[in-house]
Amino acid sequence: MSKYTEDDLKKELETKEYEYGFYTDIESDTFPVGLNENIVRAISHKKEEPAWMTEWRLEAFRYWQEMTEPDWANVHYKKPNFQDISYYSAPNKKPKYNSIDEVDPELLETFNKLGISLDEQKKLAGVAVDIVMDSVSVATTFKDTLAEKGIIFCSISEAIKEHPELVKKYIGTVVPQRDNFYAALNSAVFSDGSFCYIPKGVRCPMELSTYFRINQAGTGQFERTLVIADKGSYVSYLEGCTAPSRDENQLHAAVVELIALDDAEIKYSTVQNWFPGNKEGKGGVFNFVTKRGICEKNAKISWTQVETGSAVTWKYPSCILKGDNSIGEFYSIAVTNNFQQADTGTKMVHLGKNTRSTIISKGISAGKSQNSYRGLVQINPRADNARNFSQCDSLLMGNECGAHTFPYIEAKNKTAKIEHEATTSKIGEDQIFYCNQRGIDTEKAIALIVNGFSKEVLNKLPMEFAVEAQKLLEISLEGSVG
Amino acid sequence: MSLKDKLVSSYIAFEDHLEDDSPIHELRNEAIKVFETQGFPSKKEEAWKYTSLNALLKNNYSVFPKNERTIELKEVRKYFLHDIDTYKLVFVDGVYSSFLSDTTHDSLDVCLLSSALNKPKYKAVIENYFNKTAVKDSLTSLNTAFAKEGAYIHIPKHKEVEKPIEIINFSTGTEAAILLQPRNLIVVGENAHVQIIERHQSLNENQVLTNSVTEIFAEKRAFVDYYKIQNDAHTASLIDNTYVSQATQSHCRVHTFSFGGKLTRNNLNFYQNGERCDSTLNGITIIEGKQHVDHNTLVHHIAPNCESHQDYKGIFADSSTGVFNGKVYVEKEAQKLDAFQQNNNILVDDKATINSKPQLEIFADDVRCSHGCTIGQLDEDAMFYLQSRGIGKKESRALLMYAFANSVLESVKIPELKARINKLIANKIGVSLGFEL
Repeated sequence: MSKYTEDDLKKELETKEYEYGFYTDIESDTFPVGLNENIVRAISHKKEEPAWMTEWRLEAFRYWQEMTEPDWANVHYKKPNFQDISYYSAPNKKPKYNSIDEVDPELLETFNKLGISLDEQKKLAGVAVDIVMDSVSVATTFKDTLAEKGIIFCSISEAIKEHPELVKKYIGTVVPQRDNFYAALNSAVFSDGSFCYIPKGVRCPMELSTYFRINQAGTGQFERTLVIADKGSYVSYLEGCTAPSRDENQLHAAVVELIALDDAEIKYSTVQNWFPGNKEGKGGVFNFVTKRGICEKNAKISWTQVETGSAVTWKYPSCILKGDNSIGEFYSIAVTNNFQQADTGTKMVHLGKNTRSTIISKGISAGKSQNSYRGLVQINPRADNARNFSQCDSLLMGNECGAHTFPYIEAKNKTAKIEHEATTSKIGEDQIFYCNQRGIDTEKAIALIVNGFSKEVLNKLPMEFAVEAQKLLEISLEGSVG
Repeated sequence: MSLKDKLVSSYIAFEDHLEDDSPIHELRNEAIKVFETQGFPSKKEEAWKYTSLNALLKNNYSVFPKNERTIELKEVRKYFLHDIDTYKLVFVDGVYSSFLSDTTHDSLDVCLLSSALNKPKYKAVIENYFNKTAVKDSLTSLNTAFAKEGAYIHIPKHKEVEKPIEIINFSTGTEAAILLQPRNLIVVGENAHVQIIERHQSLNENQVLTNSVTEIFAEKRAFVDYYKIQNDAHTASLIDNTYVSQATQSHCRVHTFSFGGKLTRNNLNFYQNGERCDSTLNGITIIEGKQHVDHNTLVHHIAPNCESHQDYKGIFADSSTGVFNGKVYVEKEAQKLDAFQQNNNILVDDKATINSKPQLEIFADDVRCSHGCTIGQLDEDAMFYLQSRGIGKKESRALLMYAFANSVLESVKIPELKARINKLIANKIGVSLGFEL
């Protein structure tokens, strides 16, 4: 996000005002600010949910009321006022802009750098486009293929209505309502999200992505995702998008639950690039996410994440290795620049025998940002022959940023084998010199070195994502040289 | 009445008894207030997440021992490093024993904190150093409030102390349960060299809780070698708070050998205030039964071009618990730093637990910081190899354990002490190898 001047900010504010004026007249489908039981009931009612779901939400809300906001993370921000937020606004059917010329030029520049096609650019920026758009038709053919295999892939509200037995059985089993402050809040007020079920023995033929879902728009700030991989199935799921999204919601509290039954495998990849605030550290999204998966016998869950956005990130995708021989993996790149703060990592809870986990975390901090890795590896008394390997590397650029590592390692079984390694360093002057000497300018050289540093994680991303993610790293670190 | 209330109320009586005009009178009053507001640390605090003091605090400790018992030299001789000549500072139930000690004022001061606090001659040193590097947390404050006795060691400039100094705290068990709070102040002048051995020993089965605070100041180019032998009775618990403040080019090394005791908590803090400091924190922990050893270390890098090395090895048997909570904190100014932290553990039995939390907090970019932590078992191939060469299973295990701990053992610079620690390890593992490493 380079060259963000006051003029840009002014322009953005202007367009925003316009944006609001544009649709409040037509649709006043937004709830009053504040949160109480009636609001929770109303959200549930609005979404035409069955009674058990309403009760479930209310239960979560009651837990939430008794909880206090956690402050143990290594991040500092002004706590949001939860009574100052509107918890429901109907998905917006109206476009934000009438033509692409109205879109913030900086945003467009970023799109171009990422190599996003013009049609997609329009869609992402919220410009009105023709009904027949590439991705829509793709999505339709998509749906047919999936239905053939018996795969259910829809929004969670749809799933609550159409597949209540599955939702009822699994929702809240991995992240219970009272798990933590934000999970409880999410359980009470979640607006929408994705639901995915892969039947027994089915190998999902394509990468599932929220990006391709037709009714993807307006999932809102409290997203809830539930992925169930039945026995022996496989799915690769992509969340987010490399394109920057300018969401005006300041607080995002999502919950993601993964359930991998016996012999199943789930690969969950995330690219997060929400508005990180401007160069002075103003604005930006607070991203407080609870992500957790449970592995039954011989199952495998693999988390891959590229975190470049948000002003404050608080995110620990975790694996509960419940079944024997199950495997948990976590690959992460977290980049912070300017005033961004990230406290991210994972938890690997080994319960079953012969369980294995791998953690590779790469933190890159530049500008005045703070980047923390916080992880837990827990070997329980019955988890014989558990194996863990963790590696956390940090790269510092400039002496105004910070890199922190807080690993928690708890072993209660004598057969456990745990290795943890962490290093912190900066980009070597000799490395840059070498590149310069070969005619690569410093900025490109840094991009090259950062890409090399993150290679292990980038390699784990699905093909399409990997290329974009690489470019994203470059853009995120722009202007951090020197 | 809880222990906290008891301590707070006995403080008033304690203050009354003291001789007037002690220069640290104000410090004491402030300290007791800190303790009164904070109380004993609980598991809710991040630094005490894995160690609970609750069980210990239930005992009805006597704060001021009423009965006195003199001990014979032959009774305790084995606890001294008797094969070489040393300076000795011996305290029995917190009271100085002149009979067992060997102090000096000849060109260096190895004497008592109580006399340093009361004699005008030491006033300047006390004012400059006492309580200057200690963190004002609740346990250290509790010690400060009751600080009365302990070792006072002052090595002047350019003095190389020719023999080691031993600080030994005995508890005789004349009370059912006793709380001891020794306070040591060690000032090592410019270019001076010193070796110090510290030990806490309980002489019977009564409950002892020691909350000790040691402040070490290493001036320019000073060399300090500090050994802590923790091989106490299984009814004795120790909370050891050590603060090391280093000036330019000083070298400080603290070695902690934890084999005994019921609960041992080591709060070891290093502050590198000058350039080109070198800090070493080493430890070997071998425990069994229900023992609990917690190493909580901090190396605070403030100045550039420094180094720090941490190496902690642990072997945990039965249902013992080991904790390693190490932190390397690098300030923005501390560029060109080399910091290394290593923690290796072996779990011998199923009920043993390790909690390890090696942390890095880094604000400077031109640094080399790394840490490694492993938890594992003895190498089966190595075991097989040794056994195939006709070495018994027990001996093979012992040999591998020695090898595991060797990097720390090697750093012991006093041969007699090294032999002694070797023997302690042999006792602990239950095998004597018949040769010395």
